[in-house]
Amino acid sequence: MLHLTTGRLGSLLSRRAVVALSCSSVKMSTHGHEVSEQADMSLPMYWDRLDTPLPDKPYQDTLTAADKSLKQKEMGPWTNLSKEEKLALYRLMFKATYAEMRKPSSEWKTVMGGIFFFIGVTGLVVLWQRFYMYPPHPQTLDDEWKAKQVKRMLDMRINPVEGFSSNWDYEKGHWK
Amino acid sequence: MFSAAVRISAAGIRTAVRSRPCFTAPLAVRCYSHAKPETDEEFDARWVTYFSKPDIDAWELRKGMNTLIGYDLVPEPKILDSALRACRRLNDLASAIRILEAVRDKSGPHKDIYPYVIQELQPTLRELGISTPEELGLDKL
Repeated sequence: MLHLTTGRLGSLLSRRAVVALSCSSVKMSTHGHEVSEQADMSLPMYWDRLDTPLPDKPYQDTLTAADKSLKQKEMGPWTNLSKEEKLALYRLMFKATYAEMRKPSSEWKTVMGGIFFFIGVTGLVVLWQRFYMYPPHPQTLDDEWKAKQVKRMLDMRINPVEGFSSNWDYEKGHWK
Repeated sequence: MFSAAVRISAAGIRTAVRSRPCFTAPLAVRCYSHAKPETDEEFDARWVTYFSKPDIDAWELRKGMNTLIGYDLVPEPKILDSALRACRRLNDLASAIRILEAVRDKSGPHKDIYPYVIQELQPTLRELGISTPEELGLDKL
């Protein structure tokens, strides 16, 4: 590991590697407090999907005593369950209903707002560049210079057959 | 000698072609499978049988429902009846309600399919005591 490292980043990596090798039993706690709790992807997971009505596991795993007694009641005839109990059973099993899954979010407003904001910032940057960075105005773009340039091109008979000078009427002295 | 070679090669080509009839015959006979496509009744019967298994387990119910919803069709009421009874055997009311929600969602823009399905399933829903999502207010936000 050590012989591969060059520069500061390299030495940092080697230091971590040495620490890892030397104290393998001690957890690398350098950035443990930043990492949030991650779902264990090796176990069945719950998700709300329109095309998967019955996910791999119920939404609520840990049932309170009241939930457990409700589950017991579920084993009997469902006609004995009240509306609230049926709703409670549904919410134990599932997080969002299909209507809630389909609910539109306002995310597009944030996205469009962000787009316009950054376009605006870019516009300000370009404006600043116009005043502080652009080189001086080239004289060849002045109307006076351009007129003299056109006159010179006509005098030189540039493309007289079908191109530039062919549009100039040399007898009358104006454009055709 | 060249003409003799041509004659022999032509005969060879003819014998090779004869052993593969699908290439000589016109487009009517193609090298496709000879299986008959499953009819709608066979499809329905297969799924009704699947959910009618007396000792169906929760995984099989979930797998069956998720697969069925994955198809490009709205399941027939008789298949759903079988699935709801499977939910009853598994003591799972929430899944039964979820199935009805999924059927409504599956109908998409065809708003007349779901009321028809519910109408056909009314006897079963009343018998098993399953409330529709509309009765429980789950179709509202």
